[in-house]
Amino acid sequence: MRRQAGAAGPYLLVLPGGLWLAVFFVVPMAVMLSVSLQTGNVVDGFTQTFNFRIYADAVTTYETQFIRSLIFGLIATVATILLAYPMAYWIAFHAGRNKSNYLFLVLLPFFVSFVIRTVSWKFLLADDGILLGNLKDAGLLPADFHVLATSFAVVAGLTYNFFPFMLLPIYVALERVDPQLLEAADDLYANRREVFGRVVLPLSMPGVFAGFLLTFVPATADFVNAYVLGGTNTTMIGNIIQTTYLTNADYPLASAVSFILMAVLLIGIFGYARLLGTRDVLEMSAR
Amino acid sequence: MTILDAAPPRLGPAGEDRSRSGRRSGRLGQRLLHAYTWLILLWLVLPIIVMIVFGFNDRVGKRNNTWNGFTLRWWGELFAIPDLTTALVNSLTIALLSTAVATVLGTLMGLGLGRHSFRGRGGVELLMFANIAAPEVVLGASLLSLFITMGVPRGYLTILIAHIMFNISYVAVVVRARLAGFDSSVEEAARDLGAGPFTTFRLVTLPLILPGVVSGALLAFAMSIDEYVITTFNAGSTLTFPLWVFGATRVGVPPQVNVMATIIFVAGVLLALGNALLLRRRRV
Repeated sequence: MRRQAGAAGPYLLVLPGGLWLAVFFVVPMAVMLSVSLQTGNVVDGFTQTFNFRIYADAVTTYETQFIRSLIFGLIATVATILLAYPMAYWIAFHAGRNKSNYLFLVLLPFFVSFVIRTVSWKFLLADDGILLGNLKDAGLLPADFHVLATSFAVVAGLTYNFFPFMLLPIYVALERVDPQLLEAADDLYANRREVFGRVVLPLSMPGVFAGFLLTFVPATADFVNAYVLGGTNTTMIGNIIQTTYLTNADYPLASAVSFILMAVLLIGIFGYARLLGTRDVLEMSAR
Repeated sequence: MTILDAAPPRLGPAGEDRSRSGRRSGRLGQRLLHAYTWLILLWLVLPIIVMIVFGFNDRVGKRNNTWNGFTLRWWGELFAIPDLTTALVNSLTIALLSTAVATVLGTLMGLGLGRHSFRGRGGVELLMFANIAAPEVVLGASLLSLFITMGVPRGYLTILIAHIMFNISYVAVVVRARLAGFDSSVEEAARDLGAGPFTTFRLVTLPLILPGVVSGALLAFAMSIDEYVITTFNAGSTLTFPLWVFGATRVGVPPQVNVMATIIFVAGVLLALGNALLLRRRRV
């Protein structure tokens, strides 16, 4: 009896949640693929035509936005690595008993909605706002200087919003470094630079990789920062998906664009996961 | 070991000397890094401080971007914008309901994955991994494709379905992470003493994994109340708090939004601190 229950047990535990994910995550992907190969419009309805050319059309039409999104995502991700690493290093090795307090402070932005944080930056960076307005009044900036509606504003917004996703995995990886290894390196007359370059940095790379994944994917696919902080020249592929779906109701084209975006990102993700193992990345992301 | 082998041993007084001066510069470096850490923390909280402060701003005109003096007016008129109030109530109830469902389903999943090895476990893990790693805009758009194709009208219910969908994996991952080092012999002991599977779960397993379950639930609640991207695809004409704010960005966000966000922020921080304190007390 018990052995039988044991065999069915894990399936019963996993089934309800797994079913929910299957129906509302996996099936929608298949449906979206099918929608992308339909032709028609909202008024007359859509018919399945297997119009594969739409994928080529989507790429040529939105090439600029695809490339811009990848570049913005990449710059923001590299910026978060450079900004987060020294801080994660200090917290992991020198914050002592206050480690968890510092981590809590890093997580504070998450208690405010993503949209509101971004709106708050728009407000801070406004042409006549509290930052630029005062600097202009003091004569430190030319009157026509502006930050909003530039690529810089969008990339800065992305960097800000995804910073904790980079800091936490790097911190976790650094925290795991055995202090005895550092002592051993010191005993072997390695100088500080060598200890860092040959011991600490290599051991923290899994954290950087996990952080890269957790930052690059959402930053590349984001459209909130480009909408709130950007202008007409900073439109990202996420904005295209949103307007094509919700405003233009061109479901096949929007689905095709979404699919291309996901394919590009997922190939990267799974390449990554192969390299590192899904479990490590998942556990890092759960922190 | 290879790291140790790779470091060439260097002996002699010169090496010691360098190490001592290195230590001194190390202390300076530490102080710089400490200052740097606080600089970054300031950057992280700057928009939050501005958000809180401008909820007290006696603004004139439609734009709330210069300081005009202190007022409590917006706190008094918190619910003066009916649509905004409705959106906030929607956000809160959706967060509560989706958290409840996702916590139950996610906890079961976490238990199944963390305690048992079974055929197909790798597949389930891959499913969860893809769910967490997939970009939100794609999750939202594909779910909308499903609802459009099936002719399901978008609204409160579809938002709820979406929020449960993205929360299950997070709860499962958090619960499973807490299962590391779980001693299943206590469960066997309970069963040997005649407890049925449900009694064992209620009296032995659940109390042991409760910190993980609570953390998972808090994470789910925070993610749900914060979520914009997936929601906007599946909301129809129903509005949540982030959706309402997003819609208002081009015309000017009223100070009531600052006040509501401040209240959510303070409540969230207190809740998280309370949970941390409880966990610390349990451990003692």
